[in-house]
Amino acid sequence: MLDAAGPQAARVLDLWWLTLAICLLVFFGVLLFCGLALWRAPKTQGPAAPDLASLSMAERGPRAAVAVAVAASTGLLFVLIIASFVADRALANMGPPDLKIELTGHRWWWEARYDASDPSKTFATANELHIPVGRTVLLELKADDVIHSFWVPNLAGKKDLIPGRTATLSLRADRAGTYRGQCAEFCGVQHAKMALLVTAMPQDEYDKWAAAQRESAPEPADKQQARGLELFVNGTCAMCHAIQGTPAHGRRAPDLTHLASRRTLAAGTLPNTRGHLAGWILDPQGIKPGVNMPANPMPPEDLDALLAYLEALK
Amino acid sequence: MNPLLEKTWSDPPGVSGFFSAIDHKTIGLRYLVTAFGFFVAAGLLAALMRMQLSRPENTLVGPDLYNQLFTMHGTTMMFLFAVPVMQGMAIYLLPLMLGSRSVAFPRMTAFSYWIYLFGGLMLYVAFFLNIGPDAGWFSYVPLAGPEYSPGKRVDFWAQTITFSELSGLLAAVTVIATVLKLRAPGMTLARMPLFVWAMLVTAFMILFAMPAVMLASTALILDRLVGTHFYNPAEGGDAVLWQHLFWFFGHPEVYFIFIPGLAFMSTIIPTFSRRPMFGYPAMVLALIATAFLAFGLWVHHMFAAHLPELGKSFFTAASMLIAIPTAIQIFCWIATMWKGRLWLATPMLFSLAFFFVLVAGGLTGIMVASVPLDFQLHDTYFVVAHLHYVLIGGAVFPLFGAWYYWWPKFTGRMLSERLGKWQFWLFFIGFEVAFYPMHHLGLQGMPRRVYTYPADLGWDGLNMLSSLGAVVIASSMLLFVANCMLSLRRAAPCPENPWGAGTLEWATASPPRAYNFDAIPIVRARDPLWEASREPPSEPDHVVGLAEKVREALVTTAVEAMPDHRATFPNPSVWPFISAVAVTVLFVGSIFTPWAVVWASLPVAIAVTLWFWPRHKETVEHLAIEKRP
Repeated sequence: MLDAAGPQAARVLDLWWLTLAICLLVFFGVLLFCGLALWRAPKTQGPAAPDLASLSMAERGPRAAVAVAVAASTGLLFVLIIASFVADRALANMGPPDLKIELTGHRWWWEARYDASDPSKTFATANELHIPVGRTVLLELKADDVIHSFWVPNLAGKKDLIPGRTATLSLRADRAGTYRGQCAEFCGVQHAKMALLVTAMPQDEYDKWAAAQRESAPEPADKQQARGLELFVNGTCAMCHAIQGTPAHGRRAPDLTHLASRRTLAAGTLPNTRGHLAGWILDPQGIKPGVNMPANPMPPEDLDALLAYLEALK
Repeated sequence: MNPLLEKTWSDPPGVSGFFSAIDHKTIGLRYLVTAFGFFVAAGLLAALMRMQLSRPENTLVGPDLYNQLFTMHGTTMMFLFAVPVMQGMAIYLLPLMLGSRSVAFPRMTAFSYWIYLFGGLMLYVAFFLNIGPDAGWFSYVPLAGPEYSPGKRVDFWAQTITFSELSGLLAAVTVIATVLKLRAPGMTLARMPLFVWAMLVTAFMILFAMPAVMLASTALILDRLVGTHFYNPAEGGDAVLWQHLFWFFGHPEVYFIFIPGLAFMSTIIPTFSRRPMFGYPAMVLALIATAFLAFGLWVHHMFAAHLPELGKSFFTAASMLIAIPTAIQIFCWIATMWKGRLWLATPMLFSLAFFFVLVAGGLTGIMVASVPLDFQLHDTYFVVAHLHYVLIGGAVFPLFGAWYYWWPKFTGRMLSERLGKWQFWLFFIGFEVAFYPMHHLGLQGMPRRVYTYPADLGWDGLNMLSSLGAVVIASSMLLFVANCMLSLRRAAPCPENPWGAGTLEWATASPPRAYNFDAIPIVRARDPLWEASREPPSEPDHVVGLAEKVREALVTTAVEAMPDHRATFPNPSVWPFISAVAVTVLFVGSIFTPWAVVWASLPVAIAVTLWFWPRHKETVEHLAIEKRP
């Protein structure tokens, strides 16, 4: 949150510094007067006779001091309320979007569907967003099962994904880079391992990336890869996963059409390497206990073939 | 000592006497000891969580158990510790502070204690049988609904809420009736100790807030057990409805933990400043203002939930403005100390921590009240830090102060000042080391309720530090238990009013007799024991004419506390206990079959009928003491 890479996060960060300054002022003010009271009041050890003077004589000094302190704190609070209101309005007015992405929360992964309104341009990916630098992106947030919350601290505050509703969030990255986000609403047993990466890239790179994502999966290049595809389509994989350009059209789990181009596996749980992918296919429950993917024991040569095919899905 | 009064007001001896006890002091102490037991249990769960989080990718505790741990920790601390411990304090102390011989409904108070105990035990039995709830203490639907939490885990959570609601509401009714009708003659509302004011305000808040969670959890149980669709968006229900209902209760709940903390502060600070409280009318109005505002800010728990912008701004303003009544009280306490002579005994030390810890927590509360800041801070460790600063600083530190302060009243002995100061510093330092780093973790992006975190995000150092703080807190708790044990076994009896305090509970023996006061006092000032010496009374200073052979109490008017009539109070009875057992069977049975509601209502009806069945002997006695005016 302290390293803003976009206007939304920057707005909040400005408000944060103002609020922090005022709060520190009040905190040390209260401590100062509390400390002064401790320092200047006479001390006693034991139940000395009570001082009842205040019952017969009004205490003008303390009364004025308390009144001033209450007035000052009320004034500072109004400054904060107004600053918060102004920042809130600015956050809500981001202007028309240049790009729309439909982001759906699942237990425990993210499904992203780009340009869903135009069938010729749409494509799906998972657990990663790529956005062009300097463009306003409108996220349409939905949930498939329980409530999740989308939160990428460097870019913007969080927004809940609620079943039965569609929320929207506009954001913009002004600096190229990769920003980590994580589900922020408790969503069950693997809430901790539901991360996503947002990569902001220059417009031309983004266009190249989007064009590549729109392609169907490449044909298997050799016999081993062909065996891998056969295992994928005829085994249990295709019941949940999709690979465009093949008969695999499952929608319960991430679309794997361009799996090899992604940086992580299992929603930010593992780096995307051959070894981790093999471990994940064989024993997902050992890595992410409670995840919906079952274990897939298979002979080593089948695993090699499957990995060879998946690794080719650039 | 008056042997006849003692005989009349004592609980019967023996095992059946144990289950028939209705003396408010016995019930109050049971509340306190039970609540402390749950506090220790929830603390151990927290220690386990801190051990798991001390290192990244730790495998000490798996996700399934971890989710049960934080759910149990939150549920226990909120429902089984914080609210009951405050009600226990009120039930023990109110009649003594008000100059009364009993709480208003002693049998009902006993019943509410048993319901609380059985609800808590049920939750822990479920936890040890591995059917402990795992959807968070807030149990958001649809996660807590039938589809995503199959099995009985969430049902046990929802039924724990039912138990707490019942016992909390009954205790609140007792507190309100006791405060409004059983004050000593002359204790007008304007002379009531601030402690009593705070407990009265809290009880009214419970009365208005609890029905919301009652509705919410009943609808959840119906969704889960009967197949209704209150929260199922696929069938026209609404997932956000739960959040509104839950937080409409949940936010006031924070204040019925915090306001009793203020009650302790406003008792301890004047006593140890050796002068009356500065700004009494402002303090009372601030308490009432807090209670009203507390019902207007529940939405600040839901800023990220896609609600209309303008509505959210209203809740930002309300959430920030509630700081003002608290600020007024803080300034009045400082003024009291400023003009007083300070005695820095252990209760005062714990109260002084309030200024450091609660003020910091209140200021982070102002931060999360702002919609834009909350978008970033919500559901991160920043909020974990904030809520522990507020609840521990605002309630637990003053509670320990109160425990040291009233321990001589409970037991007739003092706690060791030396051990007390050690415990204070260990607790204070441990608390800061455990919870301060969480602010930074939240700012660095660590969300709440995660059982582990990756190693490469730079969160490991602060997490380790926080876990070390938990160890220090645990050692301070050990010291506290040792201090209590040593005091019970070794300490010499102490004077009746060891702190030289001004309120009525110190005008009687420590520990008090079963009948509290030899004679009901007549009150002419806010601090009767201090101001008695000022103007020697020309009128009598106590009430005469109450029967001693039967339990008779003086009922006074609500505002002016003028004597109104004499009421006879019920004798000890085992039926509240048996009724509580029957209700427990009904509640637990209904987790497994809706028919339990039908069949188990039969024993409940029988037990409650026998509870109220008039005894011939008692009726004759009561008639005999009726006199014409």
